[in-house]
Amino acid sequence: MRLRLPARLNPGHLAPAHQTRRRDSLLTAAAGLGVAGLLWLAQEFAGGYVVHMLCVAAIYATLAASYNLINGVTGQFSLEPNAFVACGAYVTALLTLSPLEKEASFILEPLIWPLSVISIPLLPALVIAGLVTAFMAFLMGFPVFRVRGDYLAIVTLGFGEVIRVVANNAQSITNGPLGLKGITQLTNLWWAWGLLAVTLFVLVRLVHSSYGLAMMAIREDETAAEAMGINAFWHKMLAFTLSAFFEGVAGGLLAHLITTISPTLFTFFLTFNLLIMIVVGGLGSTTGAVLGAMLFTFGGEWLRVVEEPMTILGLHIPGIPGMRMVIFSLILVTFMIFARQGLLGRNEFSWRWLAAVFKPRRRP
Amino acid sequence: MLKVRGLSVSYGGIQALRGVDLEVAAGEIVTLIGANGAGKSTLLAAVSGLVRPRAGQVWFQSREVTGRRAFLQARAGLILVPEGRKVFANLSVRENLILGGYHRAHNPQFQRDLAGVLELFPRLAERLGQAAGTLSGGERQMLALGRALMGRPRLLMMDEPSLGLSPLLVREVFGMIRRIHQQGVTVLLIEQNAAQALRAADRGYVLQNGRVVLSGPGGDLLQDPRVRKSYLGMD
Repeated sequence: MRLRLPARLNPGHLAPAHQTRRRDSLLTAAAGLGVAGLLWLAQEFAGGYVVHMLCVAAIYATLAASYNLINGVTGQFSLEPNAFVACGAYVTALLTLSPLEKEASFILEPLIWPLSVISIPLLPALVIAGLVTAFMAFLMGFPVFRVRGDYLAIVTLGFGEVIRVVANNAQSITNGPLGLKGITQLTNLWWAWGLLAVTLFVLVRLVHSSYGLAMMAIREDETAAEAMGINAFWHKMLAFTLSAFFEGVAGGLLAHLITTISPTLFTFFLTFNLLIMIVVGGLGSTTGAVLGAMLFTFGGEWLRVVEEPMTILGLHIPGIPGMRMVIFSLILVTFMIFARQGLLGRNEFSWRWLAAVFKPRRRP
Repeated sequence: MLKVRGLSVSYGGIQALRGVDLEVAAGEIVTLIGANGAGKSTLLAAVSGLVRPRAGQVWFQSREVTGRRAFLQARAGLILVPEGRKVFANLSVRENLILGGYHRAHNPQFQRDLAGVLELFPRLAERLGQAAGTLSGGERQMLALGRALMGRPRLLMMDEPSLGLSPLLVREVFGMIRRIHQQGVTVLLIEQNAAQALRAADRGYVLQNGRVVLSGPGGDLLQDPRVRKSYLGMD
């Protein structure tokens, strides 16, 4: 059984893309300006909490959209983004913290030499973090893409754990379980949403290019794709390193939003949450991943209600921490049973689709 | 054009091909017949680079290409139409065809190739925007052939193109193969439908338990008592 969209939301025929390209770009630009206006309003008039949540939502959306490139578009079920986010977060933090702050943090073992004296602005630090993470993914790709399917999931899961264990134990680089503290809160709405905009621009362009088509062909049938002259290995590698790049940069922004990082932040649960987002949004759909991330972030805040102590019909229930995760898991199970395609399936939100929904129809 | 010498392939401990020799000259239609499990598909997979042979050599256009990866073989013009009409079900017919000529997508010839394929298979032109998974069995076979043609094959290898099609469509598929052949493409065809395949082919090979047991001109094989008994069901 599958939930089906009502007929009105499921227009059969879209206008050909080339006829509406100009209009669509204009609409995208207008929507971008609209979002920027709303963000400005939020920054000026909303409280710090709302601004914080909006930043978190944008970072999660960036992570989900990049994760979707390898898992959804290319169809390589991998489970390592927590490692990439951790890598990006640590690299950025180590590059931006001042030598004095580093000396104060690393009390058990001092930080190794070049890192202990470096302190650079956020933007170059983020770019370097992205490149380091992408390079790590590149090296990881050689063993990882020797296997497919379930094996790929297990191998990447293993790598994700390895990185966390390394972060826990390489004290002279990561400060071990103590983590890094006192990171300046440099991430604001413009950084977070700016990164999301850049990521979406790159990903959407890529998915609609011939590279994206080849990636989808690999998802559909790798053997047939190879028989057609597509080098499956390098296309998987491209998707993997590119998604790692953006995950690394987003990790850096996350570090500069929450100001304290430690290995416990980057466990498998981070990956699991991202997985929920892209599955609920629709595996393979970039806009779906963004939608899933927004629903997850704001839904998660809204669901805090269920962790509060409450009284239902005179029955007093004490607050249960972690209850939200139970509900999220139930939502995931429900989606898997009734709407395996997620909210958007493999479709993308597009202006052409919206136009088709609102177009007046002739009566039959 | 294609020369196979002593090709052996094993899956785990099971030997699927035992020293097969085979040749296809430019401009020919060659067919390979045999029962289920005789090793026909394995032979194509090994030639196209999808599985690595254990022993033996493959030459394509007088160059040794043994064990070369599948995407490189396809780029060289050695193109396989896989068994079971493996079209990309969730992608549109147009996208499937683009992928067929993927390694030449920026080629100026590309649009002309697309027009040529659509002329050969007008049914596909009507369905360009449709997901390939919604096509009928016959249309899928057309798409699989059209997609392969987009890659500009020099040698087209087809793995049971008539599998699971109605007798009428089988005849249509053989018609398509002849038309493709007339355009100058050399064809290596695997079939269970031995009578049709031998009639269409210049030469044929009979494969049994991973070995070539008979070979010769298609007409001769049709008359051979062993072929008639085992593969045509006649005494």
